[in-house]
Amino acid sequence: MKKVQYERPVIQRLNVGLMNKYGSRTEFTPVTQIDGNAVAQLITQYGSPLFVISERTIRQTYRQANRAFKTRYPKVQFAWSYKTNYINAVCNVFHQEGSWAEVVSGFEYSKAIYNGVPGNKIIFNGPDKSAEELKLAIENNSLIHIDNLDELYTINDLASTLTKRPRVAIRVNMDTGVYPMWDRFGFNYENGEALDAINKIVLNNNMDLVGLHCHIGTFMLTPSAYAIAATKLSELAISIQKKHKKSIEYIDMGGGFASHNTLKGSYLQGIDASPGFDQYAEAICTSLLNAGFSEGELPLLILETGRALIDEAGYLLGSVISNKRLSDGRRATIMDFGVNILFTSFWYNHKISPAQPFSQYTEDTVIYGPLCMNIDVVRENIAFPALKKNDQVVVHTVGAYNMTQWMQFIAMRPAVVLIDMNDKPHLIRKRENINSVQNEEVMPDYLKDCLL
Amino acid sequence: MKLKKNIALSDTGFVFDPSNGNSFSTNPIGLEIIQLLKQNKTQSEIETKILSTYEVDKNTFEKDYYDFVNMLGKLKLNAADEKD
Ligand SMILES: Cc1ncc(COP(=O)(O)O)c(C=O)c1O
Repeated sequence: MKKVQYERPVIQRLNVGLMNKYGSRTEFTPVTQIDGNAVAQLITQYGSPLFVISERTIRQTYRQANRAFKTRYPKVQFAWSYKTNYINAVCNVFHQEGSWAEVVSGFEYSKAIYNGVPGNKIIFNGPDKSAEELKLAIENNSLIHIDNLDELYTINDLASTLTKRPRVAIRVNMDTGVYPMWDRFGFNYENGEALDAINKIVLNNNMDLVGLHCHIGTFMLTPSAYAIAATKLSELAISIQKKHKKSIEYIDMGGGFASHNTLKGSYLQGIDASPGFDQYAEAICTSLLNAGFSEGELPLLILETGRALIDEAGYLLGSVISNKRLSDGRRATIMDFGVNILFTSFWYNHKISPAQPFSQYTEDTVIYGPLCMNIDVVRENIAFPALKKNDQVVVHTVGAYNMTQWMQFIAMRPAVVLIDMNDKPHLIRKRENINSVQNEEVMPDYLKDCLL
Repeated sequence: MKLKKNIALSDTGFVFDPSNGNSFSTNPIGLEIIQLLKQNKTQSEIETKILSTYEVDKNTFEKDYYDFVNMLGKLKLNAADEKD
């Protein structure tokens, strides 16, 4: 007689009115494959845990975003925010779609050059740019977004020694009605600092002021904040036109659109709470079109969208190490991935799906990572089916920031696989090994023997 | 482990404790174990029954059984919590 498939016995109290408080409908379907590739097969081939990126989802999402803006405004340019995910293969998918590069460090700048991005299609942001890096950016005709006065003076000095004229924008921070206000980057709009910096640039006449930039925050759930920001930047641009007879070539609205993740503490699931590209596009484009630019003077609209373009395309596959019962009766499941590689679990309640069929019976479960640290919690409370050791799971919407902010802590960082448009997997970053760490260490001679 | 005498079970895995009005849901194997416990079966009798029916090894089931019985205690379904 064939035996019945085993599932561990579970029992759960029913709380009238509170049923399914934590579970979401979609978490109750197994995800056994990603773009035609069986999860079990991917793990066998590349190991667990494993990041998987869907090229199809990237391109579809990019085209959706691009369409939302291009159908509302005549001149639109995306610039891929490298810090969101700078694995070269991922960057080149965006570049192939037409995205420029937006970088915030010398390291990211080198990556963009390595990927073949022409210098004049690299936007150089951020507070930390060395004189050497600025010089290279000037020689490459890159767009330098000035963050502070020290940087402005450095560029001014460099400009007098170089033949190329620096092409610059200033980063502007402002009150858009959203708290907390990001006022640590760039020059403030309301107190006149921004206009002051603009006057300095124009009057020194050592560089070309080609754009205005802002990045008002990240995971912004209110499109109206963008309407305010676009209006304020447009006012600045028009006043420069009036005062200095100089047209601003572009307005760069930065990034910050929300992805479909669920923020911690949010009652609604991310997919229901996050505005779509159309709503952001409507807010921004309407403000620009109504700002009073004369015909033919409309600036190019640049967008540095990061997470909203890549989050959905990324998955983390992992396996169950063990199950435990906590003293308060809750189930604890320990996974082979934790906050070391899933940094975003500090902000989001990531959706996690089992990768094999399971019954509808669930238990309130805490999902822990494998680190010997108390902070290593992936989900504090999730209605989760009874998984056993070695069962596999798929964590959703992890494409943004994890593959750049991951930590090499007590274990190696996992491999990353890109599934192409024809469902073929490609290894795009190897699993690290002990040499990835040891190669950088130097042992002084007198410590070579551990003397034990 | 002895269960409270008067708890009610439905075929669909619905468990009701009339002494305090609490209700619970359990999966099919959990229901089977509760039924066996209600019939005053011993742990080894239950184990023999489950191992012959399900695709599971002794170690795995033993671990899960202890955990389950422990939960029944936490949910106050054991006879020790019964007040006469
Ligand atoms: C200057 C700048 N542009 C773009 C981005 C991308 O932001 P997001 O991923 O929220 O779209 C960031 C992220 O912090 C940023 O600092």
